[in-house]
Amino acid sequence: MSVAASEVEQTPPDPTGKKSGFQLPGWAEKGVIPGVVLLIAALIPFIPAIGDKANLMQQMAVALAYVVMALGLNIIVGFAGLLDLGYVAFFAFGAFAVGWFASGHFAYVNDEKGIHFLVGGNALNLPGIHFNFLLVLVIAIVLTTIAGMIIGLPTLRLRGDYIAIVTLAFGEIIGRLAVNLDGTTILGGTPITAGRQGISPVDRIDLPFLDPFTVLDKKPWYWFALFLVVVVLFVNFRLRDSRMGRAWVALREDEIAAVAMGVPAVKTKLMAYASGAAFGGISGAFLASLLNTVNADQFQFSFSILVLAMVILGGLGSIWGVVIGAIVLSIINNYLIPDVINGVPGDLGLDFDMTQITFAVYGFLLLLMMILRPQGLLPERRHKMELADHAETTDDNLYTARA
Amino acid sequence: MEAASIPAGPPASQRIKQLIGTYGLTAVLLIMPVWFAITDLSDDGNLVRLGENLVAGLSNGAIWALVAIGYTLVYGIVELINFAHGEIFMIGSFISASLIGTLGLTVDSSFLPVFFGLVVALVVAMVGAGTLNVLIERVAYRPLRSAPKLAPLITAVGMSFILQNVGLLWKGGNQQGVPDLLDAQHTLVTIFGVTIENADVLSVAVTIPLLIVMTTFINRSRLGKAMRATAQDPEAARLMGINVDTTISMTFLIGGMLAGAAGLIYAVYQTTIWFFQGFTGGLIAFTAAVMGGIGNLRGAVLGGLIIGFIQQMSDNRIGSQWTPAIVFAYLVLIMVFKPSGLLGEQTRDAG
Repeated sequence: MSVAASEVEQTPPDPTGKKSGFQLPGWAEKGVIPGVVLLIAALIPFIPAIGDKANLMQQMAVALAYVVMALGLNIIVGFAGLLDLGYVAFFAFGAFAVGWFASGHFAYVNDEKGIHFLVGGNALNLPGIHFNFLLVLVIAIVLTTIAGMIIGLPTLRLRGDYIAIVTLAFGEIIGRLAVNLDGTTILGGTPITAGRQGISPVDRIDLPFLDPFTVLDKKPWYWFALFLVVVVLFVNFRLRDSRMGRAWVALREDEIAAVAMGVPAVKTKLMAYASGAAFGGISGAFLASLLNTVNADQFQFSFSILVLAMVILGGLGSIWGVVIGAIVLSIINNYLIPDVINGVPGDLGLDFDMTQITFAVYGFLLLLMMILRPQGLLPERRHKMELADHAETTDDNLYTARA
Repeated sequence: MEAASIPAGPPASQRIKQLIGTYGLTAVLLIMPVWFAITDLSDDGNLVRLGENLVAGLSNGAIWALVAIGYTLVYGIVELINFAHGEIFMIGSFISASLIGTLGLTVDSSFLPVFFGLVVALVVAMVGAGTLNVLIERVAYRPLRSAPKLAPLITAVGMSFILQNVGLLWKGGNQQGVPDLLDAQHTLVTIFGVTIENADVLSVAVTIPLLIVMTTFINRSRLGKAMRATAQDPEAARLMGINVDTTISMTFLIGGMLAGAAGLIYAVYQTTIWFFQGFTGGLIAFTAAVMGGIGNLRGAVLGGLIIGFIQQMSDNRIGSQWTPAIVFAYLVLIMVFKPSGLLGEQTRDAG
């Protein structure tokens, strides 16, 4: 069952059969608008007022990384209808892929000379394991896919809110491990994680044929994040319209009917977890490198809720909606709350800042969205269409048949 | 799907599956006590340490039992995990701690003022938490009753965050001390070398009567009957003239009151309160409810006591920083082996 279904079902089908509102031709919607948006997004850093502010560029890159993450969660929650409250686990695995395989964390490997693979520049002389970032991305994908499958396995027999709790429990366990495993040493005396201190610094992204990314110039980071978003968007659309995507939607709408129609429930659900997790891993690895730390404090339940709020805000199952939701919430999170309305309670004579109650804001947002507009800002159109068609056929055909 | 067995003589794999289904959870639960009993016997030659764990665990577990009942009641009637329930428990703690401060109770107060002060705090915390729970149901769950199940669950998460921040603003981000009114760590009696402290007596003395009253209420009273009827089939209950809305509100009220009572005991027992206690506490109590079989009152109590014991063993021997991970691991294991819990029946969702 999807949340989007509820509101749509209540609206009576349009008797004329025409869709209300302004409609663009299909090619314009599919090609031109995303193309223009992408072009603008790619050119934004050339505006000096924006591109020269490293802080702003960093926040924009973070926002794009959140988009990738929200798109991943959207596969699990939006497409397949499995409420995952432990999505932060995949962020953690992605980040640790960087922390383990692209930093000086394991300083004692190979007689303190380090292991290097397809890296150049400074990293060559540093101890620890240093892999090329693209390779680390692959490792992150593999790690998170496996983690996704493992987290998915116990939930296969369960439905609804039980899935939410089990995934939440997994997310918490991973978070606990990240904090507590700073005492367990491997590979010649390095702890597995660095706990709350964090693994820092980690390698910066160093792509073939390009200059290594630097801390000062955030533009390349932004473009790389944009590239990730485009790739993930493409994969997302292809997945949604694939056989697997249709199987996800079928399972979401009615599991029993879907299984009766021959949809393999186990495989389909595991695929949803695996692909959603992989996107989380990609984004996590990028974020770790961008923020230059892999810190156990990042992997808390509240982060899962932040990503979930992005998906809900945009519209469960709606790809463009989720993109917008992620960007809007990133703006709220990184700009609106800390910079604009932070002092509002103080001005009203109250003794606190908005940043303290950030998550109450998200909680309130979740509550408001669910009650007032459960289909999200930009609802999933295909789903809406299906429902409208369905309502039409049942009503009209029934009456014609009777007449 | 796996349950669709072949009629004539199940194959070995089926039988193993059945065996795991029946005894798997019990075996998993016995791992820790048995292991620690063996190490205790080989190290000290007696079971005193395990016994102390058990006593502290049971009194701790009594708190979780009270919270778990709230989960189980609400789940039984509206099939919703009331995510905000842990926060209700936290608010209950905060109300009682504030009241203890307002009434001017300190460590030096004599017995009578402390006793009556605690009774007043108990009543106020119960009423406050219960009312809050009813309000939450009104605002966040009732408008979504006919919506898909994901929707109220998400509002529940939202509500939980809102309340958590209310707690944060109320008492600040750090742990707050509560006057140790009952001299909680004071040894009352020693049985076979196992010490029983004041706190243990308090939690059992409050929990047991409350549990008895509640179960009698639900089993005997008209309203309790209405609750059970609504849990079984809301539509049929409505046709029989039961006001389903009132019944659901009452369920939330009772659940919230028990959480408020648990909040008071927690505050006096642990002598520290924290805005984050509701999140962990709520998850622990939820694990207890699932362990016992969600929707089953006795199951919730049993689960609470077991979880308390597990938690205590883990705190005492493995390290308290690992306790949440261990409790959650148990939650996952229960879901794998027996989603219906120890005493529960197969439910539609967890079958």
